[in-house]
Amino acid sequence: MANYEPKIVGFLCNWCTYAGADLAGTSRMQYPPNMRPIRVMCSGAVDSVYILRALLEGADGVFMGGCHPGDCHYVSGNYKARRRMVLFNSVMNSLGLDTERVWLRWISAAEGRKFADTVTEMTEHLRKKGPSAFKDKWEV
Amino acid sequence: MGQTKTSTPKVGAVLVVGGGIGGVQSALDLADSGYKVYLVDRAPAIGGIMAMLDKTFPTNDCSMCILSPKLVAAGRHKDIELMTLTEVLGVEGEPGAFKVRLKRHARSVDLSKCTGCGDCLTKCPVRDLPNEFEGGLSNRRAIYRLYAQAVPNAPTIDRAHCLKFQKDKCGACQKACKAGAIDYTQQDEEIVIDVGSVVVTAGSKVAPTSLRPEYGHGRYPNVVSSLEFERILSASGPYSGHVQRPSDGKAPKKVAWLQCVGSRDDSVERGYCSAMCCMYAVKEAVITREHSSEVEPTVFYMDMRSYGKDFDKYVDRAEQQYGVRLVRARVPEIREDPDTHNLTLRYASDAGSFTEEFDMVVLSCGFVPPPELVDLGKRLDFELNRYGFAATDAWAPTQTSRAGVSVAGSFSQPMAIPETVTGASGAAAAAEEILAAERGSMVKESSVPTENDVRGEAPRIGVFVCHCGINIGGVVRVPEVVEFARTLPHVVYAEENLYSCSGDTQDKIKDRIREHRLNRVVVASCSPRTHEPLFQSTVAEAGLNPHLFAMANIRDQCSWVHMKEPDKATAKAKDLVKMAAARALRLKALPKVKLPVTKAGLVVGGGIAGMTAALALAGEGFDAFLVERDKELGGNARDIPKTVEGDDVRKRLKDLADKVSAHPRIRTFFNTRIKAIDGFVGNYQTTLQSEGGGERKEESLKHGVVVVATGAQYRTPTEYGYGQSPSIVTQKELEEMLEEIKRPRDRAKPGQALDPLIPRSLDPSSVGSVVMIQCVGSRDEERPYCSRICCTEAVKNALAIKELNPDADVYVLYRDIRTYGMREEYYRQARQKGVVFIRYSPQTRPDVRIVDGKPVVAVNDPILGRAIELQPDILALSSGIVPQSGSEELAQMLKVPLNSDGFFLEAHMKLRPVDFATEGVFMAGLCHFPKFIDEATAQAQAAASRAATVLSRDTLEAEATVANVDPTRCSACHMCEGLCAYHAIEVKTINERTGKQAAVVNEALCKGCGACAANCRSLAIDICGFQAENIGREIAALLD
Repeated sequence: MANYEPKIVGFLCNWCTYAGADLAGTSRMQYPPNMRPIRVMCSGAVDSVYILRALLEGADGVFMGGCHPGDCHYVSGNYKARRRMVLFNSVMNSLGLDTERVWLRWISAAEGRKFADTVTEMTEHLRKKGPSAFKDKWEV
Repeated sequence: MGQTKTSTPKVGAVLVVGGGIGGVQSALDLADSGYKVYLVDRAPAIGGIMAMLDKTFPTNDCSMCILSPKLVAAGRHKDIELMTLTEVLGVEGEPGAFKVRLKRHARSVDLSKCTGCGDCLTKCPVRDLPNEFEGGLSNRRAIYRLYAQAVPNAPTIDRAHCLKFQKDKCGACQKACKAGAIDYTQQDEEIVIDVGSVVVTAGSKVAPTSLRPEYGHGRYPNVVSSLEFERILSASGPYSGHVQRPSDGKAPKKVAWLQCVGSRDDSVERGYCSAMCCMYAVKEAVITREHSSEVEPTVFYMDMRSYGKDFDKYVDRAEQQYGVRLVRARVPEIREDPDTHNLTLRYASDAGSFTEEFDMVVLSCGFVPPPELVDLGKRLDFELNRYGFAATDAWAPTQTSRAGVSVAGSFSQPMAIPETVTGASGAAAAAEEILAAERGSMVKESSVPTENDVRGEAPRIGVFVCHCGINIGGVVRVPEVVEFARTLPHVVYAEENLYSCSGDTQDKIKDRIREHRLNRVVVASCSPRTHEPLFQSTVAEAGLNPHLFAMANIRDQCSWVHMKEPDKATAKAKDLVKMAAARALRLKALPKVKLPVTKAGLVVGGGIAGMTAALALAGEGFDAFLVERDKELGGNARDIPKTVEGDDVRKRLKDLADKVSAHPRIRTFFNTRIKAIDGFVGNYQTTLQSEGGGERKEESLKHGVVVVATGAQYRTPTEYGYGQSPSIVTQKELEEMLEEIKRPRDRAKPGQALDPLIPRSLDPSSVGSVVMIQCVGSRDEERPYCSRICCTEAVKNALAIKELNPDADVYVLYRDIRTYGMREEYYRQARQKGVVFIRYSPQTRPDVRIVDGKPVVAVNDPILGRAIELQPDILALSSGIVPQSGSEELAQMLKVPLNSDGFFLEAHMKLRPVDFATEGVFMAGLCHFPKFIDEATAQAQAAASRAATVLSRDTLEAEATVANVDPTRCSACHMCEGLCAYHAIEVKTINERTGKQAAVVNEALCKGCGACAANCRSLAIDICGFQAENIGREIAALLD
């Protein structure tokens, strides 16, 4: 537990959050190396199955980043992601599962600082929460 | 322009002179638009000054990393013929049909045989020649390569120092060359080529440090020029990226930058400002700090000219985050301690006189046209200005005095990379206008090899891990990542590269694909957003489908953001490589989708930029729709009577509008707004809504590209008592008043009333005093950017007042005077004529009271060292430029981003300053950022050139990342139909006999967003390239 470092899977939309993450890089904004990014075309393309899969495989947190409302490169994909998130959380709640391990945030291509800060914040949050019991609890 | 009366047939080829970033951009634009290009450079390789830079401001992108893909693209473009070591002797003929005489110097290495292996380089016994590329800080041999990633990559023999040529002995390189490429018999040759147009992008040179001998460059080893320092910073430079002193190799602690060496200095005939040195010096200081947090950088400057997009934020960050010390002082002299080689600077700043010792001094040299370029200008027979730069006009910034010969980049005036790239595209558009009918007449057929069918083969993955100089390798232990990659399933080959994007590495990757029969390729380097297309075309050239490629971003999202944690960054890099390899495993070859192109452009906004863009598009032979929401053309420029150079703006504007309305290919819409834009690159459909005569009309247009030229607006000040006294006006209002005062004298009706706003005191004979306050609502917390034009505007008005009444007192209260480039001349004139410039800082802003209806201005004078009070007749506020109203709406319709200040955000600050990230959408003018008329005009031409790369094609290859339905799984539930924002998926009967229904994707409309796939209840839909299976494998690989 002392050396616990949360493992985070990040689904970053190609047009905003992935670009914001690149900008954090070009601006050399430092953040903890706990997140492993997976580039997807749109936050609306992140199937709930991916989130569940990541949690079941042992991720301590799942991050989803999309364009700000109204800015989606695909018109409304981020709204779909938001709706799906609400549904996903209600399922998680009804099963008595922790919803604070899955984050959805809007980070634009110009918000390198926000990306770095969000990853830092999420990492800190998960450090405090400790390892996810999801994998052990639900392993079949 | 460009219509010649000659009957000589025109030639669909263009000569581009100078292979720096400008020339490469011009060449790529032209070649991508259907022209044959001869790209000529005197040097043995293209790349110019940008190839010598370590990083670029304000993004700190590694210069070579962003340049290299362009060099590679130019080097391998089927329609670009690189002619290195070649000089232009003369150009004869007329626009459309020039005969160019060239002299090709012998390389003594046969380009067709050389593999670039470098074996010859290590065998040459002459090893002590100063390496000019490295500023003489390291040595090269008599056979040498200009730089490691040079395009072409073949070495060159320096005959003046080669023993074979000088003494007819040796021949070591020829023995070493297994390819038999060394050819001592090559001769210089003169050749003549036919071209229709000429683009000159010959650049300029760093000002010689001999202009300031008192700084001791050349005598004191630890005084280096800024370009030498770039090489010192560079990982591939003389010290492999270790910042050290030339005298003793020790790491310096205190480093000083001295600005304006060979700039803003009439005493050496260099009166102009070199426009980019402030930013590059601050950048060098920041990067030096990144190399070592022990370093204490100090920049000695006169005015901090960070006038570009995000520049002020960069300088703020340099001061606050990196501890870069900025001292406003000009250092008269440097003294060296001959024992320690330390350097003593004596200087006077606001805080007093100081003597300070430094370990190293960097001279921020300006830019000058060297004698050989002045010669080139003479050979090409166009006019040069008094400094030797190509003379141009603000309204045709890429046009030289010779028809058919255009110019871009720092050969026309000192300018940084984005302006150079913009101008280069603009110059390409000018060339295309001459040769619109010849488009496509001299291009070659495409020669991408036929694709190998890899279906059924066991996966054979090759992994290439990039050092990116020290950008990755300085943090992530690359060899360890390579070792790790070799242990991954189905990885049959792995290696490390210094720069994966360089031309030689591209060739190496192709060789490895063939040697090891790779059928999947993973590159671990930078961002797929910038480099995936490059690597995809590389694998395509080796016969692989471009979609059998995966990238791991171990730089932008790993080494650069975990600089202090090499262990964890290395672990993360391994994970990212493992994930990419897992994804690669099941990648499938995707077919190409071809789409038609509507050969017309929509230009939004009818100001200078919009009109110029429409004219350029029409000149290139495409239809243009120009949409203006106002009732007339002209935009903001209608409010500008004159430029600082004295141009009559309204007259020029009228000429431009007349040309627009006369052009048969341009259709202009007034009082019209855009209601909706649908479609995608090549195939847009826009609904316009116009109002007129109480009626509302809608019309639908089809077009292939969009140019956003919506401009910006003056901000109405809320500070300094504006609106509370008729004596407090904006600079724009002041300019109108001055025009009004001048006007009655030549007006027939002398009795006509003056604008009531104009105070009597501004009668020219009795103008008392005028105070101007700069940066009103600019460079503050709410608007942390410089509005770029206000300093010049203030100087222009100050000069006009002095002209009306030389005895008038004019005070300009400023923070930094930013009359960059040739505009410095007017600042100098203003000072000469007695305009008083008083500096204030954000902490000592002037205070304005209104007493008896008139302003009283209190300000601290830093030279007198005390507060003074001024009671001007007029107080003029230089209120800045703010984004155009309606920008957000348009951005949402086009799905393009705005930056945090509300201006449109380009795809890349340095190298794609005109493009949006969304294909087929371009920008020009003030919607991008505040700028001058010449800059807006160049950007508008550039937008037309970039647009031509789309409109010149008959078909476009669509993104292969589209949705794909497995009909055996589809239950025809119709769920996807409602989710699709593009109406691109529809349930249809797919088998008439059985009546089987399934969702069918329209690939032309599908954008591959994945909304349908993520919601398909039957798991029947996948996005090609982002298959659920692959993402699942990535997750599993990461967490197993």
